Amino acid sequence: MTDASAEMGSSPVGAVPASFLALTSAEREEMLAAIGVSSVEELFADLPSAVVLERTLELDPPLSEVELSDHIETLASRNVHTGMELSFLGAGMYDHYVPAVVDAVLARGEFLTAYTPYQPEMSQGILQAIFEFQTAICELTGLDVANASGYDGATVAADACFMAKHATGRARVVVGQTVSPQVRQVIRTYARGFELEVIEAPIREGVLDPHEVGRLAVDAAAVIFQQPNFFGCLEPAPALAAAAASAGALPVAHVDLLSLGLLQAPGDYGCALAIGEGQGAGNRLSYGGPHYGFLAARQDLVRRMPGRIVGETVDVAGRRAYVLTLQTREQHIRREKATSNITTNQTLLALAGLVYLSWLGPAGLRELGELCAGLTELAKATLDVEPLFEQPTFKELAVRTARPALDVVRDARALGVNPGYPLGRDYEGMDDALLIALTERRSPEDIERLSAVLTEVGA
Amino acid sequence: MELIYEKSKPGRRAAVLPRRTVPAATIPSELRRSAPPRLAEVAEPDLVRHFTELSTRNFGIDTGFYPLGSCTMKHNPRANERAVEVPGFRDLHPHQDADAAQGALELMWRLQEILAEVTGLDAVSLQPAAGSQGELTGLLLMRAYFEDRGEHRSEVIIPDTAHGTNPASVTMAGLELVDVATDERGNVALDDLRAKVSEHTAGLMLTNPSTLGLFDEGIVAITDTIHEAGGLCYYDGANLNAVCGISRPGDMGFDVVHINLHKTFSQPHGGGGPGGGPIAVRGFLEPFLPIPAVTRDGDRFDLDAHRPLSIGKVRGFAGPFGVFIRSYAYIRRYGPRLREMSEAAVLNANYLLKHLREAYDVPYDRICMHEFVVSAQSLKRNHGITALDVAKRLMDYGFHPPTIYFPLVVAEALMIEPTETEAKETLDAFVQAMLAIAEEAREQPDQLHEAPRSQPVGRLDEVKAVREPVLRYLFEGHPRRE
Repeated sequence: MTDASAEMGSSPVGAVPASFLALTSAEREEMLAAIGVSSVEELFADLPSAVVLERTLELDPPLSEVELSDHIETLASRNVHTGMELSFLGAGMYDHYVPAVVDAVLARGEFLTAYTPYQPEMSQGILQAIFEFQTAICELTGLDVANASGYDGATVAADACFMAKHATGRARVVVGQTVSPQVRQVIRTYARGFELEVIEAPIREGVLDPHEVGRLAVDAAAVIFQQPNFFGCLEPAPALAAAAASAGALPVAHVDLLSLGLLQAPGDYGCALAIGEGQGAGNRLSYGGPHYGFLAARQDLVRRMPGRIVGETVDVAGRRAYVLTLQTREQHIRREKATSNITTNQTLLALAGLVYLSWLGPAGLRELGELCAGLTELAKATLDVEPLFEQPTFKELAVRTARPALDVVRDARALGVNPGYPLGRDYEGMDDALLIALTERRSPEDIERLSAVLTEVGA
Repeated sequence: MELIYEKSKPGRRAAVLPRRTVPAATIPSELRRSAPPRLAEVAEPDLVRHFTELSTRNFGIDTGFYPLGSCTMKHNPRANERAVEVPGFRDLHPHQDADAAQGALELMWRLQEILAEVTGLDAVSLQPAAGSQGELTGLLLMRAYFEDRGEHRSEVIIPDTAHGTNPASVTMAGLELVDVATDERGNVALDDLRAKVSEHTAGLMLTNPSTLGLFDEGIVAITDTIHEAGGLCYYDGANLNAVCGISRPGDMGFDVVHINLHKTFSQPHGGGGPGGGPIAVRGFLEPFLPIPAVTRDGDRFDLDAHRPLSIGKVRGFAGPFGVFIRSYAYIRRYGPRLREMSEAAVLNANYLLKHLREAYDVPYDRICMHEFVVSAQSLKRNHGITALDVAKRLMDYGFHPPTIYFPLVVAEALMIEPTETEAKETLDAFVQAMLAIAEEAREQPDQLHEAPRSQPVGRLDEVKAVREPVLRYLFEGHPRRE
């Protein structure tokens, strides 16, 4: 931990931490006298001597804001971000544009620096925004209720499993292998705590087979599929939901919000729950977080939902107002019998999502979907590589490469193009498969360049 | 104030997308949406005004004093917000090759090293998304450790002063809760603890200082008792702001610790989140930490998913990276002087406690740490004024109320945490307001029952919100209200 000071030059020890501490030394003395002690050490008299740290923490010397800024810039310069290469990386996180209005709203200190709205009279702003967010998620998913957010697209899937287990009294879930590998990993981690068995439905031509899923779903609490799936393919989602429901399992769709201007809403084809990752809708990539997960459900499941929910009510004068509600589900009331342990969630990121979705509006959302899907069609027509699967797609395309995909990525990156995600990282037998993401930020010319580079590197 | 959906007009929009000539999408008709979602339809000026107006109906630490106990509402330095916006961090894809993400990985590795030093433990995973997820991660890890040893231990001992997340996490981890009582000095009751430990004990979860703001004087005996029974000790780091550089959980005997980056290390809480809940563990528990691990080999940093005993992943990718940037930046501003942060937090809390005891009951009469609990029980008995009334009236004085009715072991509790970043004038003004409210309780109690009167709305009908739930805007069918 000493190399930073060498890198930064010598750091002036002295005035630095005072930036955040307002007390003058005279005030400190005055306050100690008022308390009736002679030193700060006396305030720690209750600590047994065996647990008192007798040395100074071994950390690098304090930095001024100027030095910190330089240090941060130095670290950040060792990363290759999406503005530095032509990037087709997706696989769960997407380079969608974030409009300036999102940054402007998130910079408001009244939102940024507020805690959870426990005191509603002083927190109507964020409470109303969460209510509007819940409304947007319900509209997009076609379901009745949504919570204020979960940690990310993976943990909300685990939440859905927990809800389904208690709603059905069944102890197995079926998860498609076409669901994001990270989502499946997180479900498996949580499932050990819930005593839940996880069964994976196999990939058939890039999607799930409804008949096979129906057989696996016997005695299952839920069937979780992803639409569009991890390979970018469109699942036969209505048939999957019907197969789950007829086996008595809750159909759960893991969806991309930005696809829901074009694709049918999960609630409209019988899903009990819709979940997903909100990053693409209003959040930056930020190396994987923080982002927001969303969870929407049918009305009959509302009291099993995890997390904060905002409801509308009135104040003493009959004025419309918003408040955290149905709190008897939650840990601070119900403790070990709560529906979840969640407290801190991702409200600020969900607010970004609301601003973004309100910026797009229904017409913008549909156009964005047409653009992504159209660019993906163009890539299919342009690229001199075979699609891995013959299925309709939304904004991602899995292709077969002539060489190992890891080598293709390395060589293409040397030419300034990041061609996508090597599927062999997660799937056996797919070492020669690449997943290419196409957001509205890519142009037909970008696809031409990708095509040329893939040819040049022998893909 | 109108909802954004009530301001919508068909045909209005803020977004204009790039014009691109592309083929038509080939979505099978049975998968196509028929009716569009009713998202807001507003132009950019009204979009900006809507959210600006909402922000004026909200209160943050930027607005004023926010002594919300257990939440550590300290100043959030603006330099940290700028750090997050540097394109090399902001626009870095989490699937980017490690070779092209060396700066991000180095920052994470450095933060791990710092947290290991501050907690006095050996290994860190930054992955958990919040404190309660850190708890679940720690408990799953304890469970995996015992399973690996072939031991069947299922009971987790938790004091009655604990945050509700502790027992909820125990349930989620498939373990069983055992309560332990608090003694008359606010410490864990050692006799009760000794009676509760057994060969079934997987461990103990403890917040120290406790939610009463008191450092447990018997901490060494507590952790020894658990270890002698073969269990592990879990430290809930919600109150770590009291003891940075002064006392380390590892030195207190804890084996697993979570750190709330959004409390102690100044990640802004954003009206409910994001947060960060890294966990630190002793070396023998490292093999069970979540994957991927951030590793260092000379000057090269990497992500390593090869940990055969790992409990797996608890969240996508390597964790909430933007939170790591802010907390790393915050700690680098203090360096070895982090101790001064905790000292000032404890000084400020004791100063408030000294003055508030004039008018409020003090259930545990001790020096406090970074926060303390007073009670409005006498005000309630003598004047019918509750902790809730005091809290609501504080709003009229321009302060965010403290945490109320928690911890559960104190009736009419007001849990007050000023943090280190407040000026003496602010503390004095808060004392004046609290004393004035106690005076009002005697002289004009109605003033308090009617509070707040300074906010956009008065007290809410929370029962109605539960009995007649309206959880989304219903468009044509939405209830008409003022």
